[in-house]
Amino acid sequence: MNLSRTARAALWTALGAGLAVIYLPLAVVVVNSFNADRTFGWPPPGLTLDWWGAAWRSTGMREALWTSVQAALGATAIALLLGTMAAFAVQRYAFFGRQTVSLLIVLPIALPGIVTGIALSNTFHSVLGVPLGLFTVIVGHATFCVVTVYNNVLARLRRLGVSIEEASADLGADTFTTFRLVTFPMMRSALLAGGLLSFALSFDEIIVTTFTAGAGVRTLPIWIFENLFRPNQAPVVNVVAAALIVLSVLPIWLAQRITGEASRY
Amino acid sequence: MFKFMADQAVALRGLRKSFGSVEAVAGVDLDVADGEFFAMLGPSGSGKTTVLRLIAGFETPTAGTVELGGRDVTRLAPFERDVNTVFQDYALFPHMSVLENVEYGLRVKKVPNRRERALEALASVRLEGFEKRRPAQLSGGQRQRVALARALVNRPRVLLLDEPLGALDLKLREEMQVELKAIQREVGITFVFVTHDQEEALTMSDRVAVFNAGRIEQIGSPAEVYERPASAFVAGFVGTSNLISGAAAQAVLGKEGTFSVRPEKLRVAAPEEPVGDGEHSATGLVSEVVYAGPATRFVVDLDAGGRLIALQQNLQVSSMDVMGLRGTRVRLVWHRRHEFAIV
Repeated sequence: MNLSRTARAALWTALGAGLAVIYLPLAVVVVNSFNADRTFGWPPPGLTLDWWGAAWRSTGMREALWTSVQAALGATAIALLLGTMAAFAVQRYAFFGRQTVSLLIVLPIALPGIVTGIALSNTFHSVLGVPLGLFTVIVGHATFCVVTVYNNVLARLRRLGVSIEEASADLGADTFTTFRLVTFPMMRSALLAGGLLSFALSFDEIIVTTFTAGAGVRTLPIWIFENLFRPNQAPVVNVVAAALIVLSVLPIWLAQRITGEASRY
Repeated sequence: MFKFMADQAVALRGLRKSFGSVEAVAGVDLDVADGEFFAMLGPSGSGKTTVLRLIAGFETPTAGTVELGGRDVTRLAPFERDVNTVFQDYALFPHMSVLENVEYGLRVKKVPNRRERALEALASVRLEGFEKRRPAQLSGGQRQRVALARALVNRPRVLLLDEPLGALDLKLREEMQVELKAIQREVGITFVFVTHDQEEALTMSDRVAVFNAGRIEQIGSPAEVYERPASAFVAGFVGTSNLISGAAAQAVLGKEGTFSVRPEKLRVAAPEEPVGDGEHSATGLVSEVVYAGPATRFVVDLDAGGRLIALQQNLQVSSMDVMGLRGTRVRLVWHRRHEFAIV
């Protein structure tokens, strides 16, 4: 489409302004993680790597990081398994209430985290008598992580159709061989993209985590939140935030590249 | 029943298939001989593709049996049947190279020296040098040939082809018709070919089954089906129907019923021209003249009622001559042996 010169200028300005609002504050966080001034005076009087060293030596941070990785891996594993199975069921088989099941699977991502958190907390604590801990965090995260895998796999299955699986069976491959040689390779990038998104979602989750973690378990976002208002911890929190920006951009970027590549098929 | 019944490549008995309340196949009996090029012809929704899928094993019949080489395979899965399919959309594996696609059937069946056989199959469809390409990097005609090689390399008892030329343009389609026929003659495998294109069915096959509404209307050689259509549907679907019925049949032919004459059997003559022995004729008004290069189509409204289409080769005449015939009175003459009663 051809746009007038003024229209183009206006649209570029709007784009720039929109992106600036999102990304300049993030840039400030990254710069501050090197800020030599303990109270983050702006502009920074000098740059230092001290805070990065301090953050690395903080055992609380490292424990929290490990907890978060465990939670994200656990939730992603559950999401991959259940999300894929649900997507196959909904896409490949006709059964009573299929649309309703699909809606119920997707719903948790739209539910306010605080509602999910309270509901899970009550159920685990009062109804089931399951002690809150890492396990309950993983289950809590899995409720919405399943959605990302489910949606990715569903979209892929829809585009794939059944004819190449029929072709495989026609050429003599039994059901398992067809899955191994045809269906799974065609699904792989969708699973990877869904898994990475799910990992990223779980990794920075705080609301559901707050309600399901109990006393002993501290994920990284919770650790940040607890240390945010302790003046002597503030520089370390900044470093962690800066590292998290990089860590969460990476999976999203990878997921986008993977799905982009796969769409060539 | 013939005693060589067991030698039939495909035998369908009382085959039925319903999808919900829709009966896609409503009782089909069919025998295809070994080495035959058999066409299943019919409009979309006539059940021909469903019959093909029932033979391949992608669908389970509601009733009836499917036999391959005398063996009942009705309850067997597709991978337990000695048939291979060329799919309408080719269904090539997008994540595999051309060679891997062709090797696939041999690979899953753990056949030795599959590389040589796959290369051989690719050569037989003239695709040497394309081994490493992905399906996405091929043209429609090339994909079609990969699909063919991928199926043929397994040397199945029966090769099923589901409108394999449907996605190709006219020129390529005509080339592939000749090529398919040559390949079939060479390998000697039974071909069961689904198409909605009557010309394709007539030019390529040894026998044709004409499908309508889940049933077979007629089975016969192309000439039989074309020259002696068994029903009004066949007459209309395979070529131009040209029916004479009711009062017109009484007036022109002096008999009751519905009769069909193919357009190219009609001669356009002057109204006063005498009619020879063993000939029938009808007078009428030329309402339309369609000049089509090698031939001209005359649409003639009969005085006795009804309308016939006559096809005349343009042996001597030019477009100017024939166009002048519109609105004139003519006599259509044909030999009696070219008119057929229709049920």
